Amino acid sequence: MTAYEPVIGLEIHIQLNTKSKIFCSCSADPWEAEPNTQICPVCTGHPGVLPVLNRVAVEKALRLALALGAEVAEVSYFARKNYFYPDLPKGYQISQYDQPLATGGALPLENGRRIRIRRLHLEEDAGKTKREGGRRFVDFNRCGVPLIELVTEPDIRSPEEAAQFLTRLRQLVRWLDVSLGHMERGHIRCDANVSVRPKGSQSLGEKTEIKNVNLIDLLRPAIEQEIQRQIQVLEAGGQIEAWTLEWDEHQRVLRKMRGKETEADYRYFREPDLLPIVVDRAWLEEVAAELPELPWEREKRFQEEYGLPEYDARVLTTERALADYFEAAVKAYGGSPKAVANLVINHILRLMNEQRLTWDDLRVTPARLAAILRLVDQGVIHKNAAKKLIPLVQERDQEPKVVVEAEGMAQMQDTAALEALCARIVEAHPEEAAKYRAGKKGLLGWFVGQVMRETRGKANPQEVQAILRRLLEG
Amino acid sequence: MDYTATAWDIAQAVRAGKASARDVLEAVLERIRAVEGASVRLLAPGEDPEALHRQHPGVHAFITLTEERARRQAEAIDRRVAAGEDPGPLAGVPITVKDILTVEGVRATAGSRILYEYIAPYTATAVARLEAAGAVVLGKVNLDEFTFGSSGESTAYQPAPRNPWDLDRVPGGSSSGSAAAVAAGMGPLSVGTDTAGSIRQPAAFCGVVGLKPTYGRVSRYGLIAFASSLDTVGPITRTVTDAALALQVMAGPDRYDATAATRPVPDYLAEMHKGVRGLRIGLSPDMFRITYVDQATGELVETRIDPEIEAAVRKAADLLADLDADIVDDVPLPHLEYGIPAYFVISRVEAASNLHRYDGVKYGYRTPEPVEDFWEMYRKTRGQGFGLQPKVRILMGMYVSAAQYSQRYYERALRVRTLIRRDFERIFDPEGPYRLDVLLGPTTPTPAFRVGEVYGDTVLMQYMDQLLVAANHAGVPAIAVPAGLNRQGLPLSVQFIAPDFREDLLLRAAYAYEQAVGGPLPVPSRLD
Repeated sequence: MTAYEPVIGLEIHIQLNTKSKIFCSCSADPWEAEPNTQICPVCTGHPGVLPVLNRVAVEKALRLALALGAEVAEVSYFARKNYFYPDLPKGYQISQYDQPLATGGALPLENGRRIRIRRLHLEEDAGKTKREGGRRFVDFNRCGVPLIELVTEPDIRSPEEAAQFLTRLRQLVRWLDVSLGHMERGHIRCDANVSVRPKGSQSLGEKTEIKNVNLIDLLRPAIEQEIQRQIQVLEAGGQIEAWTLEWDEHQRVLRKMRGKETEADYRYFREPDLLPIVVDRAWLEEVAAELPELPWEREKRFQEEYGLPEYDARVLTTERALADYFEAAVKAYGGSPKAVANLVINHILRLMNEQRLTWDDLRVTPARLAAILRLVDQGVIHKNAAKKLIPLVQERDQEPKVVVEAEGMAQMQDTAALEALCARIVEAHPEEAAKYRAGKKGLLGWFVGQVMRETRGKANPQEVQAILRRLLEG
Repeated sequence: MDYTATAWDIAQAVRAGKASARDVLEAVLERIRAVEGASVRLLAPGEDPEALHRQHPGVHAFITLTEERARRQAEAIDRRVAAGEDPGPLAGVPITVKDILTVEGVRATAGSRILYEYIAPYTATAVARLEAAGAVVLGKVNLDEFTFGSSGESTAYQPAPRNPWDLDRVPGGSSSGSAAAVAAGMGPLSVGTDTAGSIRQPAAFCGVVGLKPTYGRVSRYGLIAFASSLDTVGPITRTVTDAALALQVMAGPDRYDATAATRPVPDYLAEMHKGVRGLRIGLSPDMFRITYVDQATGELVETRIDPEIEAAVRKAADLLADLDADIVDDVPLPHLEYGIPAYFVISRVEAASNLHRYDGVKYGYRTPEPVEDFWEMYRKTRGQGFGLQPKVRILMGMYVSAAQYSQRYYERALRVRTLIRRDFERIFDPEGPYRLDVLLGPTTPTPAFRVGEVYGDTVLMQYMDQLLVAANHAGVPAIAVPAGLNRQGLPLSVQFIAPDFREDLLLRAAYAYEQAVGGPLPVPSRLD
């Protein structure tokens, strides 16, 4: 049996998080709006209206293009993609065709492979239709929401890589403030072109297109299924036909939507209602100057500069706000970056997750986090107490020191009193003390536990341990 | 003030408090009642428009008369004057609007059944600016369906407009109602549109002035698109002065139209009076003939234009020479004859796309018949809603823009368009061999033809626009100015064409000529 290699290319639509739509001043975030409330004559294609380009949409697209290392065209054009559908009010979509905004560039995967980008262009979104009770309803709210269409070269070699590409792209568009990147809201929509070829072959097999696999967890099984199907067809001596497929969520299988013979001719031509997009050097330099350090660059720097393990560096760079938070805390603290990373990963992220907080909601500021770490360093609280302290600081929006005092969370600072307490515990348990001295060293922990219970956790366990060891062994 | 007053005269009188906007309006409404004839409506199947005309002969310029709205506007102007406020440069001027431009709260039909009862939710920029300048909108006037025609006959709203100089003749098109209304004294100013001559040709047929500005000089926002890269909005008036006055108000950048030029607007009225001394005015032999495909033989046929029109142009050159203009003969426009074929292709590709939105989903006509699914709803709605002309254009537009033909037709037509543009660049080049300020030529190859004479021959109808379409391809401004009457008493017209954004030169030449030829034509007496 021949060994096959999958060849995968993705076509991804990214919804931009601009305030207004791409060609009119309606809100570009109609997610929660009632149907047909975020509309105007322009985005619903009334007779006589004209599109006027939203410059911010271009800027965001430029940001993504530059981050991917793509080449931005000095002059690019809009074109009309003509087709009929009730959710497309003008009967054409304003898109870019023969001269896109940017070409080339690549997105690196974790394994270092670079997935090349073929093109990146701007276009407008269509509305939504739904069928209910035998009638069809159209919601035009989404019409004219700006999209970037990004097409990769067929460089992806496994469903896993495809999923990773999408994950990384989502991370990047959020990082760049280009898109909110909520996949469940359709901010990132993905079509996959899949073919297989005998391993080692350089030619491309006939491909099929899987439409609308918009969740990462869906992309993987859909591509995997299609690869297996194609291999089976070829193994049975058949030929792959250029179908368009869609994922059936109920049955969790791919279905054929249409064959090549019914492929639409969109009769593209240049949009006469819009001027070409001219991106001069000055504009490009301006955007480039404001481009942040990219997530994978920052991940590398976190390892090198702060000596973080790869895992920590990766987690801390999943989101730009998180990475910023971490670095601000490191700066405010001045101590071990790894200690900061531990608190952020183990406690801050958990807190945010459990309480569904946004970065704006977070009251445990980097300065407060640094203060907590200093309290631990100074022995005022035990490091385990941080776990309890962090939610309290969040809840009360107070300085950690204030919370520690109010809650009586400070560790026992009176060594003499602690010594006396330990001595009392050892005396009260002669049998256990004898067993320990006879070699059952594991009982030390039991003694520590007794002392901690008496102090209601305020003693420093290391200190308790040292005292007990001295009492039992000395 | 009676209905023959010009926009300039009305505005001056109203601004000075010598006439009330309300009285001016009533005089024009009275005139409309006298000469308009039958009120137009959607033609029922099998109904003969000619019979409708014979029952109530008249000009039939209007689709929608907005009498009450106009009265409110006129009264508001009068209140402003009474309060000592500036009522605007067009105070109290009753205007008509070609029914391809939107006016908020008023139906916009585009002369088509498919927009039946569509009420526009906003006002076109050009119209909004005229209203802000004090103009009073009388109503929406008839046109070829979606502007697709040169006679007015293709409108779904019948009877179609007639030529006020001879009611058996067409007023031209597609701004048919605009030119007919202005010529007949039903408002001295109308807003028209020109994609391949649709302002200038009806102006020529009706003996009035029609100005097609530079592409982008006047916002297209609110103009129901035909061929977006060629469409322009401009005034139709009885005098050159009124055209200058109207353009002054309409021109300029618009935040709703990205293709509207940001270039400053000159003071046209001041420029207009500067005379033609020293202006280089060209004549081209290529504008004294037209070339078209003979439908019977398929051969290219060349004909000279009407001799009386040619004589009028040559006489215009003499008059301008007498005013010390430099006349430059034999200016070549080698690609003029390809203007119509290139226009066929470009305009249809854009038109087919622009007409996609009329699908019965959102507004306008939707088939009343039961349908299986929305595809059938589309087919029936568009099949019943569009008349013949849009259908012909959609079919051809779809064909020539199809992936397999696009190179052969559309891309090639765009190249021809560039060549035509270069013809003009060359003759207007200040360092070139001709260095023209303006080009002078005929507007149309013939005077107004009879109703029914050309209609039905879609191809021949469009070759009538051969001398006009070049300015649309090139984007340059052009104006049609009356040149007296021919032996049959029909208006003749000459055309001036100027370089990009040089409407000032256009108006200088046109105004000097208008004065030299004996002033504007009167409102035809035959109507009374």
